Amino acid sequence: AMEDVCAKFVSQKISKTRWRPLPAAALQPPDLFATGSWDNEDNRISIWSVGDLGNVSLNGEYQGEPQLLCDIRHNGDVMDMQFLDQERIVVASSTGTVTVFRHHQNNQTLSANQRWEKAHYHVDQDTSCGGAACTGVICNNPEIVTVGEDGRINLFRADQKDAVRTIDNADSSTLHAVTFLRTTEILTVNSIGQLKIWDLRQQRNEPSQIFSLTGDRVPLHCVDRHPNQQHVVATGGQDGMLSVWDIRQGTMPVSLLNAHEAEMWEVHFHPSNPDHLFTCSEDGSLWHWDTSTDVAEKPSFLHQGGRSTTYFSHNTINQSVVSAWLSNDPTKDRMEITNLIPNQTLSVNSLDILGPCLVYGTDAEAIYVNRQLFA
Amino acid sequence: PSSSRVFVVRKDQDIYIQTLRKLFNESHGIFIGLQRSEEELAGKSRKAQLVQVSKNYRSVIRACMEDMHQAAISTRDPALHSQYSTQVSILSAMELIWNLCEILFVEAAAAGPLLLRLLDWVRLHVCDVDNMVREVLSSENPSKHELFWNAANRWFLQVDVFVLQGRMDEARHLLAKEASANPTSVNMYKTLDDLMKKMPVPSLGNTQTLTEMELKWQHWHEECQRYLQDGTFASNSHMESICKILLGDEDAILEKKELLTTWYQFLVTRLLYSHPTVKPMELRFYAQACMDLFLGGESSPEPLDTILMAAFEFEMHQVIKECSIALSNWWFVAHLTDLLDHCKLLQSHNLYFGSNMREFLLLEYASGLFSHHSLWQLGVDYFDHCPEYGRVYLELHIERIPLNTEQKALKVLRICEQRQMHEQVRSICKIMAMKALRNNRLGSALSWSIRAKDAAFATLISDRFLKDYCERGCFSDLDLIDNLGPSMLLSDRLTFLGKYREFHRLYGEKRFSEAAKLLLMLMTAHIAPCSFWMTLLTDALPLLEQKEVIFSAEQTYELMRCLEDLTAGKSDKQKFQDDDVETMKVEMLRLALARNLARVIVKEGTLEGS
Repeated sequence: AMEDVCAKFVSQKISKTRWRPLPAAALQPPDLFATGSWDNEDNRISIWSVGDLGNVSLNGEYQGEPQLLCDIRHNGDVMDMQFLDQERIVVASSTGTVTVFRHHQNNQTLSANQRWEKAHYHVDQDTSCGGAACTGVICNNPEIVTVGEDGRINLFRADQKDAVRTIDNADSSTLHAVTFLRTTEILTVNSIGQLKIWDLRQQRNEPSQIFSLTGDRVPLHCVDRHPNQQHVVATGGQDGMLSVWDIRQGTMPVSLLNAHEAEMWEVHFHPSNPDHLFTCSEDGSLWHWDTSTDVAEKPSFLHQGGRSTTYFSHNTINQSVVSAWLSNDPTKDRMEITNLIPNQTLSVNSLDILGPCLVYGTDAEAIYVNRQLFA
Repeated sequence: PSSSRVFVVRKDQDIYIQTLRKLFNESHGIFIGLQRSEEELAGKSRKAQLVQVSKNYRSVIRACMEDMHQAAISTRDPALHSQYSTQVSILSAMELIWNLCEILFVEAAAAGPLLLRLLDWVRLHVCDVDNMVREVLSSENPSKHELFWNAANRWFLQVDVFVLQGRMDEARHLLAKEASANPTSVNMYKTLDDLMKKMPVPSLGNTQTLTEMELKWQHWHEECQRYLQDGTFASNSHMESICKILLGDEDAILEKKELLTTWYQFLVTRLLYSHPTVKPMELRFYAQACMDLFLGGESSPEPLDTILMAAFEFEMHQVIKECSIALSNWWFVAHLTDLLDHCKLLQSHNLYFGSNMREFLLLEYASGLFSHHSLWQLGVDYFDHCPEYGRVYLELHIERIPLNTEQKALKVLRICEQRQMHEQVRSICKIMAMKALRNNRLGSALSWSIRAKDAAFATLISDRFLKDYCERGCFSDLDLIDNLGPSMLLSDRLTFLGKYREFHRLYGEKRFSEAAKLLLMLMTAHIAPCSFWMTLLTDALPLLEQKEVIFSAEQTYELMRCLEDLTAGKSDKQKFQDDDVETMKVEMLRLALARNLARVIVKEGTLEGS
């Protein structure tokens, strides 16, 4: 429920928040997350822990603030961040460097485990004084893929010093985000509104497919793939629009949903409950998109706070056959959209969702945790 | 603590202390909430709302104080410890002043509740006995202090402290212990306890009117007087002094000066025991008198004292002015003044450059935020709520933010776009586009031009592409050019680029007649720049040389006209300078065109199927 949001002011603008992934068969919710900051002279990667749920009473009492476990200085803005495994985090920097940090659980410290300097740079690695920002990173242990403002794609392997593969000038514009489509294919989005699929098995430096937005080539900032249905992809644009694509067919998005009033920074399908989607934006809002049709399951927090738009129900569509995300007319199938932030001020830069737990960070230098999102 | 010392700290240090960032961010949220709050609410509900806002500000100050205190006690560096402790005192003083302003101005407590509020106020800022004793013992000349002699009897002092703060129940509880230690004075104790229990206090609700209370109080006061004069407490000096305090005896209260620690505590105690139904407007007389008595010519008023006195005198502008001088950071006065302005308490006090005090302070505060590498984002919202000069200040400040990454530039851009600051949008996009161009990121450069709708820059980028094509014979960044979409229309040159690429595609797909039509259209519709015509005509050559006739007669005439326009345009000097290749090209074209014309005339003249 929404009252369970716990806010903490942390004296740094938060650019990324990520839950530590849970081991495969874990039943308990996540209890540890990492944050990265930006726009500071001294940026930090921090690890936080949240209290265990065992102490929650029936009415869901106060959970306790996130506690800082450890942090470490980071050179440059944290542009993107992902857990490689339980102990290691890969961080993309505005200096063009990609760093792997290790979290030592025994003494609660962080150390830089591996670093690829100038993974992203303009023109000539040796002559260019500054790097180009590395804007996106995605991991599939031990593989790490990064993209940047230099239009370059790098494929690294943890513990291997040199890049496994580099595609120079993969894109003439800035690559904003990358995600895995399959283990050997990646998806990138760029600042001229294109979604590209790259097959890493092939040696040629061309995308295997290019998709474009119809109309204006609005830059795309984020991308995520449906956890179960690999052909369903969601992207967020600079105009706050959420686009859903079926990459099996056509080169244009299947549906365009108007949501935010400014850049959409992140889009996430819920990993175990993909009828739910979350987006956050520069306009200070965080939207929860719910296409689940089972009325009994409807989360109670949808009745509270923020704007709530309910479309009329037209059920009996078998969810397992046709993904609700791909239906052409969102007004036909019921989709509930709720803003989870009642008093929005500054940008929500990042969010992460795992199980019943939501964490997000803002430019108002605060972290918010809700461990009972679906209660 | 010596609460009457307010230190002036350097401005830079204020901004850069971590803990204060929380203060700035949390109060920013409260500020925005206040600006957005319902103005339609009137009367009591509006006042309650404003009081809540004030309380929120204060709780943020206290949270900050707590953090700073934690930082102070956990650091080993003596310099840092001193710095943090100083900040704690400053924050404490700020909370003290704000709290008083809340009681007197925002809530505007009336006689009756006023005293209760003032009692709460001093209770939040008192020191406990142990700390007091510790301070005395560690001072230069401990034996000079009264406390020193009574240090052994802690609870003696504690009873006095409770009485001075009007905490009757707690005082009575401790007195019971004193009584049990002296069985002979049980009766005395019972009387005193009874008196303390019966003391009338103003109520918060409407259970009694002021007059009723005054009557009761008068009655009670006389009873205390009787007991004192009867000599009931004569044999126990401690209880006698308590009774005198209850009667509001100035000397008796002043005797406990060291337990009072401040003149405003003295003031509240005096009011409690001599005039509990004091009216707000009467405060100033009592305050002045108490301060004079308490300081007694030994010390002169400190800045904090002056500020509090101004508050008691209801001189709001004076309070703000004194705070501005005493505190190095504009945070306090900006937010307090804004709140008072929302309470409609400040007349528009026009300063010489025309804006009012609230706006002036907010502008100063926000400008300070902009000097910080990270807090500038907060400053934007403050400028938004300065109707006169906010926009112009924002325009000037926002241009000076360094744009290290594209993401930061996007955020700044969004701020400008939301406020229709077109100049700044154009300027930022141009800077980013130039950077991209220098780094050979043509797609990024184009993306920025599209955002700014900057046709001139789009033309520049297209020229770059075309130049690359002429030099290399092929297009770079096909993924961009092939997917321009509607943005192609941004500039003629960009349209040409897109169409030209389309021509090449059509040719590659062997759709010759469509390609030919397009090529011709590029010239006749003047989409192609003149400088490119030669290239286009040269591109026409293979089409002219095809086995099949592609260009119609009409089209051939058009092409010929274009060629003539092109060559006629050249001056004789240019023709002389043209090298052999140029002249040969023209010759070849003329020949090809003539041949094509011949063929097509024949073809068109021939009847089909005959």
